[in-house]
Amino acid sequence: MNELIKKAASLLESGAVKVVIGYGKGSTDRTQAIFITKVEDCNQLIFDSRCIQNLAVYLTKAEIKRMGKPAIMAPLPVLRSIVQLAAENQLSDESLVVLGVSPESNLVEFESLAAIESYLQEHKIEIDEKYRKIIEEIKSKPVSERFQYWVKELEPCFKCYACRAACPLCYCTRCTVESNQPQWIPVASHQLGNLEWHVMRAMHLAGRCTDCEACYHACPMGIPLHLLNKSLLQDVEENFGSYGPSLNKANSLSSFNPDDKESFIR
Amino acid sequence: MTEFEPKIVAFVCNWCTYAGADLTGTSRIKYAQNVKIIRFPCTGRIDFMLLLKAFSEGADGIIVSGCHPNDCHYTSGNFHARRRWITFRGLLDLMGIDVRRIQYSWVSAAEGAKWADVVNSTVTTIRELGPYTDYAKVANYLEKEANV
Repeated sequence: MNELIKKAASLLESGAVKVVIGYGKGSTDRTQAIFITKVEDCNQLIFDSRCIQNLAVYLTKAEIKRMGKPAIMAPLPVLRSIVQLAAENQLSDESLVVLGVSPESNLVEFESLAAIESYLQEHKIEIDEKYRKIIEEIKSKPVSERFQYWVKELEPCFKCYACRAACPLCYCTRCTVESNQPQWIPVASHQLGNLEWHVMRAMHLAGRCTDCEACYHACPMGIPLHLLNKSLLQDVEENFGSYGPSLNKANSLSSFNPDDKESFIR
Repeated sequence: MTEFEPKIVAFVCNWCTYAGADLTGTSRIKYAQNVKIIRFPCTGRIDFMLLLKAFSEGADGIIVSGCHPNDCHYTSGNFHARRRWITFRGLLDLMGIDVRRIQYSWVSAAEGAKWADVVNSTVTTIRELGPYTDYAKVANYLEKEANV
């Protein structure tokens, strides 16, 4: 960690970056994102198991971009999001400095985004066995029961859109959910609107989601909406081959293979 | 009680299936009248949300149909659509939305008979499954509240 603080300080001092995005102490026992612009504040940076927010979400925000070139603390989930954002032309080598944090909490420096991609080859996304089991369990229920399960799970949702705000890949400045002439997704938090919102959110991330679970952690009601993303991830992997953010391969759903196989089209 | 008549919405592409359905008519092939056809430029242009909107507006079944692979008017629209339907179907299945009620097919402009067959068999399937009450209950949630 000391290494990272030193590096952050030297970057700020030399003027190579204008702001360091990292984790700092939050209220109570939480951590929060902090934006450091002064060298002497760099020792506020911390990293431990509570740092689960995906900081990559700030890289596309206009107010952060206005602060100047950023350096960003990036544990694995953030690295994956950065590569995915770069693949979608939202970031470039010149637009940021990445202060990688290895699973052992050590600083990893990267020369380029391509270097991050090859680093991620050694740290591929793996869906936890625990979640695979839960998804399997849900799928084994009869269809009507499954429907009721989700209606009930989504019931607490009051559409605060924290899941959207926390997601680095939900960076559209105008979201379809705000489209209101006509109203595309009902805004009231009733069953239909909740169902439609969660289907849409998951589908818009299909083939892009990097499984960081930021949406789930951000949800004030603890809705297991990350299961939808994980299930889609499994489907993408199963049907279109191995999955992972890649700089030179198009997203699974923005590309195709003429030989894609399915069993349900007549 | 009158017999249940399935309401079916068909999302079809302009170049193949719509022309195919036209051929069914000009060939004077009779088929079930339960289907309402909505024409799109291409299957790749069909937003997945429209399927859910059809269900929430009271459809009991849905047909999505377009050009055969390699026959797309825009070269690759149906290939993109196919990937989308594969993933979307998986998500709907997980969420307990009845995927048996959505029939995907490739019907070319020359397959008037196939279109009649697709519609007839879908109507038969939906007739067996009955009205989609699960989704209707959710869709009419607000109305129910107002009646209390």
